[in-house]
Amino acid sequence: MSVNDYFIISIFLFAIAVAGIFINRKNLILILMCVELILLSVNFNFIAFSEIYQDFSGQIFVFFILTVAAAEAAIGLAILITLFRHKKSIYIDDLNELKG
Amino acid sequence: MVIDLVFFTSVAILMISAMGVITSNNPVHSALFLVSCFFQSSVLWLLLEAEFLAIALIVIYVGAVMVLFLYVVMMLDIRKNEHKQSVSSILPIGIGISILFIAELIFALSGTNVVQTRDTGVLSNPNNTEALGIELYTNYLVEFELASIILLLGIIAAISLTLHRRPGLKKQDISQQVSVSKKDRLKVVQVRSGEGA
Repeated sequence: MSVNDYFIISIFLFAIAVAGIFINRKNLILILMCVELILLSVNFNFIAFSEIYQDFSGQIFVFFILTVAAAEAAIGLAILITLFRHKKSIYIDDLNELKG
Repeated sequence: MVIDLVFFTSVAILMISAMGVITSNNPVHSALFLVSCFFQSSVLWLLLEAEFLAIALIVIYVGAVMVLFLYVVMMLDIRKNEHKQSVSSILPIGIGISILFIAELIFALSGTNVVQTRDTGVLSNPNNTEALGIELYTNYLVEFELASIILLLGIIAAISLTLHRRPGLKKQDISQQVSVSKKDRLKVVQVRSGEGA
């Protein structure tokens, strides 16, 4: 185990999450989960660099990312519930109000 | 040796769980795979001596965010296996883009020479939580307060979005009750004698 291995983890986690957004692009709740995975992979990078450069800023940044991600998940799920109440569906195909 | 074993086991479970998140048909299974991802990440962060963040990840994500996800999945009436038929057409694009990302990032990382800085003693404080707290409250106080505002914003937005006012609901309106006057409620009629029922 070396710190550089964490970059590889981060890269693969990010790639899996991005692929997940494409594969599950119909399902809004899975897209939100993939966004959480992307944030997790970014946090891996921050913590690895914090270890490499012996600097606390990376860990502080992860702390704030966790805060923002929690708020984002709460608001995203609230929007999802409101959407489901109006449209009775969370699939992207049914959200064509704007006909874009 | 033991650390290597823990590391590679965690990485393997992390990757398998991440694949489970994106390939599972049932959103509940996806959420549980994501919980497994967070646990393994927490183990990996512990190995990098970020103890506070490892615990915070479990407390915040597994304890709060994923429970929220599971509640939402439970509340919504999601039909399984529907709208899933076109995965095969989109799969090459997804895999292609992720391979592009992997290639880009590996290219970017291989060009740079990441050298470990010598141990300045900043991170070697045995009490990671204390050191993080000192750093947070000395150099990042404004950002810390801003984070609290973001959380407040999250509360207000989530509640105001999901607050559902049903139209025909009978409930007390206190100000309307208090501001009522006698002539709104009481009607004095002159009843002539002999005309009653």
